[in-house]
Amino acid sequence: MPAEDVNRTFKRFAHQILEPFDDAAHPAVIGMQTRGVHIARRILNVIESEYSQRPDFGILDVTFYRDDFRTRLKVPAVQITEIPFDLYDRDVILVDDVLYTGRTVRSAMDALMDYGRPRSIHFCCMVDRGHRELPITADYVGIRVPTHQNEEVQVKVKELDGEDAVYLVNVDMEQDHG
Amino acid sequence: MVDSTETGSVEYHFGQKHLLGLRAYSREDILYILEQARYFREILDRPVPKVPTLRDKTIVNLFYENSTRTRLSFELAQKRMGADVVNFSTGNSSAKKGESLKDTIRNISSMKINMVVVRHESPGVPDFLTRLVDASIINAGDGAHEHPTQALLDMFTMQQIHPELKGRKVAIIGDISHSRVVRSNLIGLKKLGAEVLLCGPKTLMPLYVEKLGVHISYDLEETLKWCDIAMALRIQLERQERSTGLFPSLREYYQKFGIRMEHLERYPDFTVMHPGPVNRGVELESDVVDSERAVILNQVTNGVAVRMAVLYLLSGGKRV
Repeated sequence: MPAEDVNRTFKRFAHQILEPFDDAAHPAVIGMQTRGVHIARRILNVIESEYSQRPDFGILDVTFYRDDFRTRLKVPAVQITEIPFDLYDRDVILVDDVLYTGRTVRSAMDALMDYGRPRSIHFCCMVDRGHRELPITADYVGIRVPTHQNEEVQVKVKELDGEDAVYLVNVDMEQDHG
Repeated sequence: MVDSTETGSVEYHFGQKHLLGLRAYSREDILYILEQARYFREILDRPVPKVPTLRDKTIVNLFYENSTRTRLSFELAQKRMGADVVNFSTGNSSAKKGESLKDTIRNISSMKINMVVVRHESPGVPDFLTRLVDASIINAGDGAHEHPTQALLDMFTMQQIHPELKGRKVAIIGDISHSRVVRSNLIGLKKLGAEVLLCGPKTLMPLYVEKLGVHISYDLEETLKWCDIAMALRIQLERQERSTGLFPSLREYYQKFGIRMEHLERYPDFTVMHPGPVNRGVELESDVVDSERAVILNQVTNGVAVRMAVLYLLSGGKRV
């Protein structure tokens, strides 16, 4: 998925997120470490340029809430969490790059509940690659890609990877399909 | 801003199982713990300052020596991360009935314990325990040997003031001979490239200490003029009351080595630290303790965050 498609998706997200609300500053957008943070920022940039208002923005790291913490080979590094506003009674949009098993989103919801009691949580992801292990679905999806377990979806963002793109990589053969 | 950790963790891998002392830890290990502790510090400010990360872990706090602050700090850190905690202190336990340390730890470990936090008056006890049980062992002070989590929280607090400790001048003032805090701090600070000066009465200064590559001074004025950070150590009143004659009187100690308001005015740059508990009017003048130049209470808060980071890093993952 090339850069222009990715950027068009950001724009679509901005409108979809705002559609149910009268006021562009109404929802609170929370990006999940690491790439969800950058995707969320890009969506906010679109909202700001079109509505000249910027919703509240937060960063969430779910390492503490993961259920696979014990089974991983090494201890995952903890990253910053920063939610500089009260979540009570807010409509929260959670943003991440890839939706796969649904376990990260579950952790994220647990984490958000510890910060307050949001009125609602919506989930927005760049790629939905299937293979859910929990009853979780996304409200706003960039692209749905049916994948095999041995494939890897890589979402690239300019801030970290120097380009905006989505790749489907076959882990066995290391082959890019664009 | 966020990404330095990610790129950093690609090559680096924290591979320690125990925390016996800082001697066995590399510069990278220490910096990694301090960096991770920053994110744990944030949990303490949350509306629900509790995460479920260690909810399947059972930790025993084995305190053979009295301690209020360290035990509380460890216990809080463990509870903030959802671990199950059992406390064992000698006052009300089978140690009083004459059970040996070896038998005690074997019994406790049969109850499926994942981690042991131990304080003991004999140096080397934590190391001894690693040979008896599978659990991760954390040293919370063994005799005059090491007290690694105290040193880590001290360095964390210093980093809040001076983000880069390399080349910083740290003075440690007081009873150098009997202090495990000094040893761990010395090892840690040198690994991070700080300069360390030890200051105290000659009778409380170990022989040949200069071989460790530190500056020595017997003069408080000279020390405070030199340093960026002045860490006063607690004078153990119990020891003095037993009249071992290491210095003539508390009053004389205060006059020669106590940090007073006049020092803060004369040397406006240094920060005051103290591992606690403070004897007001001995190591520090009472007003110094309460002044803005003292970060003693920050040290206490940071202690919980640093201990959370240590527990987290030692508890997780399969070791390769």
